[in-house]
Amino acid sequence: MRRVYFDHIASTPVFPQVMEAMLPYLNEFYGNPQSLHSFGQETASAIESAREKVAQLIEAETEEVFFTSSGTESNNFAIKGMALAQRTKGKNIVMSAVEHQSVLHSVKSLEKSGFSVTEVPVDQFGLVDPEDVRKAITPETILVSVLLANGEVGTIEPVAAVAKVCQEQGVLCHSDAVDAVGNIPVSVKSLGVDALSLAANQFYGPTGSAALFLKKGTRCLPQIDGGIQESGKRAGSENIAGIVGLGTAAEIAQKELGVWADKVRPLRDTIIQRMEQEMEHVILTGHPINRLPHHSSFCVKFIEGEAMLLNLDMKGIAAASGSACTSRALKASHVLLAMGLDHATAQGSLVFSLVEKNTTDDIDYLFEVFPEIIERLRQMSPLYPNQEEE
Amino acid sequence: MIYSEKVMDHFQNPRNVGTIQDADGVGKVGNPVCGDMMEFYIKVKDNRIADVKFKTFGCGAAIAVSSMVSEMARGKTLEEAMAITNDDVAEELDGLPKNKLHCSNLGADALHKAIENYREKKLDPEKESGEKAEKEDKEECSCPYCEGPVEGLEEVCRSCHVEFDRCDDCDRVLSKEDEKCPHCGATKVRV
Repeated sequence: MRRVYFDHIASTPVFPQVMEAMLPYLNEFYGNPQSLHSFGQETASAIESAREKVAQLIEAETEEVFFTSSGTESNNFAIKGMALAQRTKGKNIVMSAVEHQSVLHSVKSLEKSGFSVTEVPVDQFGLVDPEDVRKAITPETILVSVLLANGEVGTIEPVAAVAKVCQEQGVLCHSDAVDAVGNIPVSVKSLGVDALSLAANQFYGPTGSAALFLKKGTRCLPQIDGGIQESGKRAGSENIAGIVGLGTAAEIAQKELGVWADKVRPLRDTIIQRMEQEMEHVILTGHPINRLPHHSSFCVKFIEGEAMLLNLDMKGIAAASGSACTSRALKASHVLLAMGLDHATAQGSLVFSLVEKNTTDDIDYLFEVFPEIIERLRQMSPLYPNQEEE
Repeated sequence: MIYSEKVMDHFQNPRNVGTIQDADGVGKVGNPVCGDMMEFYIKVKDNRIADVKFKTFGCGAAIAVSSMVSEMARGKTLEEAMAITNDDVAEELDGLPKNKLHCSNLGADALHKAIENYREKKLDPEKESGEKAEKEDKEECSCPYCEGPVEGLEEVCRSCHVEFDRCDDCDRVLSKEDEKCPHCGATKVRV
């Protein structure tokens, strides 16, 4: 059976060059980077070289990059670490209503220890208005977190403008850029943020390897206590092969991300156009233009996402959904609800996110099988109007 | 695969999909807030379920459950059909994932509502067919103890008066006395 992968946003395949770079660090070089002997120094220098490459990708200084195990850890580290370091100044955190679970739940967990949270709403496209961030900031506010790009609806947020507001108000600014870095140009210098999260599995690097950028001088308490790894900010023996993989992926992305974007953007536009032209009652979610180049997302009305995903999977197509039934929490996506969609519509969410190896044939195949899937499920749905009664 | 072969079979080839125009009883459960909606239509002859059809909005489990219930109910006496439980349905399907056991496993409830509707109509022929369709987006889920309605913001079940909390892990309603979430089994409970 034909297999088509449209789930970039969940994870990308690891590039062969990335894997090749990693392999020696799984067998040939095994010294602990903290050790003084030459075995340790070999791996220590590999880690520093990877740090330099990640720093270059986001225009940071090398010593501003800290390796972690996932985008989720980077977000936890930034939110909890920065908030706790600032807690004597104030206890309010401002975040957008469309943050990733790892930001949302980090903030919620801080709420239990006395912090308060202010959610900034978004418009119908999922966009945050920087002026709303300004209005939300109070003298108690110590930290603002607004994601750079939304994995569920693809919208790219005006983070530079948000960071400017934060600077004017003297508040720290973090951005979860996990879905953005490696796919669009990201410069921490032009964004002006104090902290930024990224993960390798969003740009053809290995899962389990990620990083947090922390601007020089930004106070952030460690969330994993132990040894002096990562300048004492993040303890635990380093995931050497993973870090090397992240570094290599960053090096490739820096050269190639423009090429990838030019390749996937027209494919994405074809999916959006054909959904609009060939399907009834399917709405685009997120911003029509200002969105990730590889990301298209929709709500298919009258049916539910998981049922569509299962049917697509049976045809060999991998996609994603933010419906209640696909999430372990069995709740409709907070992102879609924040954008003003009703529960029933939000349940029909589907995300097709492209990898650079996708082709127009893949899209033709999608549109060959998709109409039938939708129709079959709609015929079963009590919400579908004007159907033929048996 | 998260689902059993039987679930996938009923999901791919659901039996008895549709509606019955002059149904003797109609039962509806669920709403899009909870994720699933089911409508059951029955025809009754000589105290037996002569025909049964359903329409379902929901995940793979919800569709398979509806299909299985329709098969289990067909030909049964009303008493036998009333005795089918949601657990029986899950068992017949070779099990359901733990997190789907509550929200998607409403098929027997919908069938029972259709039978109750039939019985009510027999007593009072003027009675409207079926329950009034539930309002969209009504924040309502069922109490995990008595299956009575619980509104999202309500702290107490309107039927059995159990006081509610929400599970930290899966965010579903549970009783304040619970140490473990009856839905997902998590031990941590919000205080």
